[in-house]
Amino acid sequence: MIHINQIRKSYQMGSLSLEVLKGIDLNIEEGELVSIMGPSGSGKSTLLNILGILDQYQEGEYHLAGTLMKSLSERKAAYYRNHYLGFVFQSFHLLEFKNALENVALPLYYQKVSRRKRNRKARELLERVGLGDRAEHMPNELSGGQKQRVAIARALISDPKVILADEPTGALDSQTSDQVMDLFKEVNASGKTVVIVTHEAEVAEKTSRTIHLRDGVVQNDTHNAGVAS
Amino acid sequence: MFDYDKWQEIWATIRKNKLRTVLTMFGVFWGLFLMLLLLGSGEGLRNGVTKDFGAWATSSGFVWGRRTTMPYQGLRPGRPIRFDMNDVTALENEVDGLHHLAPRLQLGGFGGSNNVVYREKTAAFSIYGDTDAFHKLLLVNFDKGRGLNPLDVAERRKVAVIGSEVQRVLFQGVDPIGEYIRINGVFFKVVGVFSSKRSGRNASRDVQMIHVPLTTAQQAFNRINQVGWFGFIAKPGVSAMTVENDMMALLRQRKRVHPDDISALGHENLEEEFNKMLGLFNGIRWFVWFVGLGTLAAGVIGVSNIMLIVVRERTREIGIRRAIGATPFSIVSLIMQEAVVITAFAGYIGLLLGIGVVELLNLAIGDGAAMFLRPSVDLPTAIASFLILVIGGCCAGLIPAQRAASIKPIEAIQS
Repeated sequence: MIHINQIRKSYQMGSLSLEVLKGIDLNIEEGELVSIMGPSGSGKSTLLNILGILDQYQEGEYHLAGTLMKSLSERKAAYYRNHYLGFVFQSFHLLEFKNALENVALPLYYQKVSRRKRNRKARELLERVGLGDRAEHMPNELSGGQKQRVAIARALISDPKVILADEPTGALDSQTSDQVMDLFKEVNASGKTVVIVTHEAEVAEKTSRTIHLRDGVVQNDTHNAGVAS
Repeated sequence: MFDYDKWQEIWATIRKNKLRTVLTMFGVFWGLFLMLLLLGSGEGLRNGVTKDFGAWATSSGFVWGRRTTMPYQGLRPGRPIRFDMNDVTALENEVDGLHHLAPRLQLGGFGGSNNVVYREKTAAFSIYGDTDAFHKLLLVNFDKGRGLNPLDVAERRKVAVIGSEVQRVLFQGVDPIGEYIRINGVFFKVVGVFSSKRSGRNASRDVQMIHVPLTTAQQAFNRINQVGWFGFIAKPGVSAMTVENDMMALLRQRKRVHPDDISALGHENLEEEFNKMLGLFNGIRWFVWFVGLGTLAAGVIGVSNIMLIVVRERTREIGIRRAIGATPFSIVSLIMQEAVVITAFAGYIGLLLGIGVVELLNLAIGDGAAMFLRPSVDLPTAIASFLILVIGGCCAGLIPAQRAASIKPIEAIQS
């Protein structure tokens, strides 16, 4: 599903060039539940941004579902983000002036799906994440865990191939973290590839495979025994 | 492009920043409002003045005598120029472009001693000896009876055509037609009453006039052969200026005036005046558009500024949208639409209120004011200014929208 070949990425800081990713090779197959770990500065967020086509890379190749993702126009990038990817962020990133249902339905708006159709689907997904009764609530009326579940529903609505999560439990207490992780596992069980960036070992333990990054390279890549993918 | 979700979003941002939006809208509203008011007033001024001109025959004018200022053919300067009936004949025969010649003679004037009597009432009015040609020069409405005719002049009839004010002062409800009034001791039979086609002070001066046949006036008031000055109408297609110059050349020759003595003869033609006025009004019109567009531009720039702030405030939101699949175009259209909606809505209110006030002004003023008549904004002008505004709104949205589209989702989300 995700094939990364010798990806390099550096940031230009004035006259200094700071290399963040120093040649990463990575293959993630369809249906995997993968976590990416590493200390801050290891390049894990940058990697996730590249995986999410939110950022460009200078060298190497990135194939998502068989398509090369390199030097895409903004319009193309928007298309792939919309059709192939679902994002879940640490700080949820829901639109404050839209209620839960409308937030979930938003990606389908950009696919020009009719209002009725996308609202029906959004409601289904809210039921699935256990928030069927909160559909008309505004984000500020929801708890952190609820917000993250709305965000997950939003990530799922366009039926993407890959769910990318950036510290999805970073802003949650341990109990809600567990609930959110259970939800990710459930999503994974339904056949979606899920990639989670985290620095929490408990989160990584719940994934079937953990990739450790350090200084812009893959340090080790372990399959967790006992976690089915 | 205008779908429910965008409306909802536009409404949401407007609601979130009510005061800011209202103030911005006021800028646009005020711009269009003032512009329409200015255009309407300009039109009123134009209508008022052209109406006054409209009463005059086009390409007409006047020539009158003054004093010579240069010695010529042994004659001293300072000699007054006076005309007589021989000049009338000469002008009529020798000036080619002349269509109608209206020799005139004034007897006493308004504001002088009482000179007109009807039964026990006396009053002062301007008395003019005229021919039928004068009615062609200055058009009036004959409310009752008729104007002077060639027979009146030829037969020296003692008839008078009076202005409506004369009727009001002297007759007070009595039908003046067929009644006799005494002018400077001589009885005249009233044959017509007229009202002015002009407005304001010109109109009130017009209706205080009494016209009697020129020949009658000359005989009755001991002014045999005398002519005070000439009114004229040029033939169709001939410039009034040409006729005026021809007339003056002939008169200079007949009165032995030095050809270079320009102040010996007074002259005025409406063509020249009219062109001057037209130029003035075109100037005013351009000025109004200039000022109006400036005001509009200020309003539109206000919208642009606000939209820039809006984009800045919504950076994170735009980033999220981009991350979940919004194309740059959809972001551009969102911002543009908001700018256009704000300007169009505010502009529409300005349009309605502007036209409303101009119409009220029209009602309030009516025919009352001199040189101001039917202030109005015609539909094409109103639509044009509205379109300019909407296009302005697009322009106002352009820079902010461009900025919004250039927002990188990653930076926006991390901020």
